[in-house]
Amino acid sequence: MQGPLIDTLARRGVTRRTFLKYCATLASMMALPPTAGRAMAEAMSAARRPSVIWLPFQECTGCTESITRSHSPTIEGMIFDMISLDYQETLMAAAGHQAEEALHTAMKDNAGKYLLIVDGSIPLGQDGAYSCIGGRSNVDILKEAAQGAAAVIAVGSCASFGGIPKANPNPTGAVSVSDLVKDKPIVNIPGCPPIPVVMTGVLAHYLTFGSLPELDDKGRPKSFYGDTIHDRCYRRPFYDQGKFAKTFDDEGARQGWCLFELGCKGPVTHNACATVKWNGGTSWPVESGHGCLGCSEPDFWDGGSFYKALSAPADPLKFAAVAAVVGAGAGVAVSVANRVKKSAAKATHETTTLADLEK
Amino acid sequence: MSASLEKGIHALKEVIDAPIASYFESCVHCGLCAEACLFYTETGDPKYTPIHKLEPLRRVYEQEYTLLGRLKKVVGLSKLVTDAELDQWQELVYDSCTMCGRCSLVCPVGNDIVYMVRKFREGMAVSGHVPDGIRSATKRTVELGGPMGLKWPAVANVLKHVQENTGLTVPVDQEGAEYLVLLSSMEIVNYPEYIEAIAKIFHKAGISFTLASDAYEATNAGIQIGSSDLAKVIVSRIVDAAEKLKVKNVLSPECGHAYMAIRWEGPNLVGRPFGFKVVHVLELLDELRQKGVLKMKDKLKDPLILHDPCQIVRRGGVLQAPEPLIQQVAENYIPIADKQKLNWCCGGGGGASAIHTEEAEALRAKAFRIKKRQIEEAGVDTMVTFCANCRITIEEGFDHYEMNTKLLGLTELLAEHLEA
Amino acid sequence: MNELQFLTWTRGPGLDIAVGIFLLGVLWRLIEIYTLGRKKDLAAPRHTAGASGLHTVFRRSLPPPGMLKRSPVSYIGGYIFHIGLAIIVFLGAPHILLIKNLVGLSWPALPSQFIGLAAVVTMAAMVVMLADRINKPVKRFLSTFEDWFTWAVTFLPVLTGWMATQHLLLPYTQMLALHILSAEILLVVLPFSKLFHGFTLFGSRWYNGRVNGHKGVPV
Repeated sequence: MQGPLIDTLARRGVTRRTFLKYCATLASMMALPPTAGRAMAEAMSAARRPSVIWLPFQECTGCTESITRSHSPTIEGMIFDMISLDYQETLMAAAGHQAEEALHTAMKDNAGKYLLIVDGSIPLGQDGAYSCIGGRSNVDILKEAAQGAAAVIAVGSCASFGGIPKANPNPTGAVSVSDLVKDKPIVNIPGCPPIPVVMTGVLAHYLTFGSLPELDDKGRPKSFYGDTIHDRCYRRPFYDQGKFAKTFDDEGARQGWCLFELGCKGPVTHNACATVKWNGGTSWPVESGHGCLGCSEPDFWDGGSFYKALSAPADPLKFAAVAAVVGAGAGVAVSVANRVKKSAAKATHETTTLADLEK
Repeated sequence: MSASLEKGIHALKEVIDAPIASYFESCVHCGLCAEACLFYTETGDPKYTPIHKLEPLRRVYEQEYTLLGRLKKVVGLSKLVTDAELDQWQELVYDSCTMCGRCSLVCPVGNDIVYMVRKFREGMAVSGHVPDGIRSATKRTVELGGPMGLKWPAVANVLKHVQENTGLTVPVDQEGAEYLVLLSSMEIVNYPEYIEAIAKIFHKAGISFTLASDAYEATNAGIQIGSSDLAKVIVSRIVDAAEKLKVKNVLSPECGHAYMAIRWEGPNLVGRPFGFKVVHVLELLDELRQKGVLKMKDKLKDPLILHDPCQIVRRGGVLQAPEPLIQQVAENYIPIADKQKLNWCCGGGGGASAIHTEEAEALRAKAFRIKKRQIEEAGVDTMVTFCANCRITIEEGFDHYEMNTKLLGLTELLAEHLEA
Repeated sequence: MNELQFLTWTRGPGLDIAVGIFLLGVLWRLIEIYTLGRKKDLAAPRHTAGASGLHTVFRRSLPPPGMLKRSPVSYIGGYIFHIGLAIIVFLGAPHILLIKNLVGLSWPALPSQFIGLAAVVTMAAMVVMLADRINKPVKRFLSTFEDWFTWAVTFLPVLTGWMATQHLLLPYTQMLALHILSAEILLVVLPFSKLFHGFTLFGSRWYNGRVNGHKGVPV
């Protein structure tokens, strides 16, 4: 399976023109200059496919599902041929010891050069016993695999930020890749699951420039995570006009008004859903009538109800009622003390005489 | 010789009430009260900002009646009020405050600042921080019967002259009269014309009246100095006399603070509602005007403006009577912009005119510029007012600025032009 | 703590604590102030139309004759920033939603652009008021630390709210969290500072109106 990518593509009936177009689209999506498209195409067509190791940890396989169902046979699907996916438990034919062997072979042969993709969080509780592969804990495997990696790509919110496993009370002691790996470049591609083209975009960038794309302060590619859902949402004008759906089946909902009041987390969620959409550009959550859950943000699971608006209290007020009672109590106490003091002052009033005016 | 800081604080603890608490909590330091105070507008000195004049009172309130203030006091974080501080404040509370109440009219959060000044003076009085002038006026009123030390024989002498001049009898100590007429020392000494006018009008209207030999003085230096106990002693003379003579009404003279003392503070000082009515002379005159009794033989032609005394109008509520009365007797009455309850003080109310220190007099002269301006802007040579104390202060102002403006008392003016 | 956690904290425990302290403070202070009592006025009242506590509560919202000319900045600036704050707080969609969630009442919102404009105008008025406080001898003389502090505490929620919606300086999430936090600080400070005038001014005006109304003077 080695050899220039363009040959592989040609064999699959992808013309150079189609490939160029794909690269140009990808470049524009990643906010690269127009010339980058050609550079990308050239680089990728000539590139020797780098070895990629995909480690699944504490995860639901949703990320893998997302990647593999990226509307094959679109070019996104084919991009897998750009790389040599040497280990992917879910997808690989090999199993058991064979699979482990493949992993170790790939790690040894491509030491220092392979890309390590991780999906799922890493449980640290009970010495990592919550999630083991072949008798080894995830944390051990990650540490070993990361050592020889050129870079780590954390796919999905679990790998990026801990995700749902890390949600309160985090019974397994789940952490993200970046919590453990400190000495390698890490790209976070959060989302539950992430958008397929974001993955392919990052890979293309790496293949083209030999480097990772520009990242934000959370290690996410700026080109895909630079804007909030809210800023790019086609329903935004309704927000600005103050037109909100109040329930999921009222007139506002049917008119396609803003879902802010129904708990949409679009304003605080950085992702490309509103522009790239899902299922080959068919639709995306907000378009289908449901507010954004904010799945690509850290700890989105603990950000209060999905159905509570951002400006609404995240939790019911507990302290407030007690405080009101305490306040009233304090008021009454001071009031009584004041009245006692004032009465005492009045009771001890000495009638003023002329002599009292002289000092 | 027993005034002390402790007594002062004690007195403040007695008078601080819910309105004062609400007022202090509401103040946002906007400074608008300064714009309503003639001592600020005419000097431009921020220390004359009305609410600032109450700073020691505010701190006593905070330290004595708020939980946080009390805690701060316990741990020694509060700045306690000292004698030196009150001494410094004396000028602000007496010299530069005439209790005109204009600030209470403009405060956007609704603070009744003059209400607080009146209460603050209770503490100032018994802590010994009062101007000598007001102190001696109070002493004379309590000991001798009036702020000028005037005794009944002197008053009787003036009444004799009045009877001679008018040919009318002025009854004294007559039981069952409709009105007990009160006077202020200033009227007796400086404006006996007022007494003549009253006699004339009563006779014309056919209303019975009397003076009381043991309660002729209406003024009450006790409320100016800020001692309710002494004010009570003074006002009780009137109440006792009125009850003894079984009069229906007590007639307050023009004097502003006398009206305040008997009409509004009186019942609260003696601790019970009165069985008689307290009427300001202008109220009576306006009533007579409406009945058609107050007919004029001619009218004054000179263009003139009215000076509404604070304690009678803004603070006393005699709002409607003055204008119809002046129009009754003057052909060219010119209403000014800041009239009625918005009028500017003469600068001598609240006891200020009794303070004769150089600084106080200089300050009063400065403050008088606002009256001067009102007169000049109206372009008149005559001003009419109805308060003996305003008259003295204004005359002093005229002298100081060498103005040729004529100042007339409203009641006298009416009497002078009364149909024979 | 990341920004979403920070935001969630401000929306959850932070709000709970702030509303709690606010309620505690308001009740405590109101009782402390208004139970101090006052003497009954024994003088026979004079009845005049328009002279009462209630009248003054409303009448004092307008400048008394001549005062607007004497202190235009205080009045015009004061009106603009108070009305601006009211518009933002009570007519901004997210704010109405918060109120709805807390007390169950809601009403239609104004367009967000309008709220943004109101915020700019409000901030401008507040800056002018601050400059006036610095420039005017009386205001400067009266000013204590509390005056500068409460100005800042009032200004910050407007500024951060506006900056959040305009995506200035910090990412929206962070700015939103700061906005909510600043509003919570405002809630905590309010009962214990001059900002409490928002509550007591009604009492003060009423007392003033009533005391003077007893004498027949509409104040």
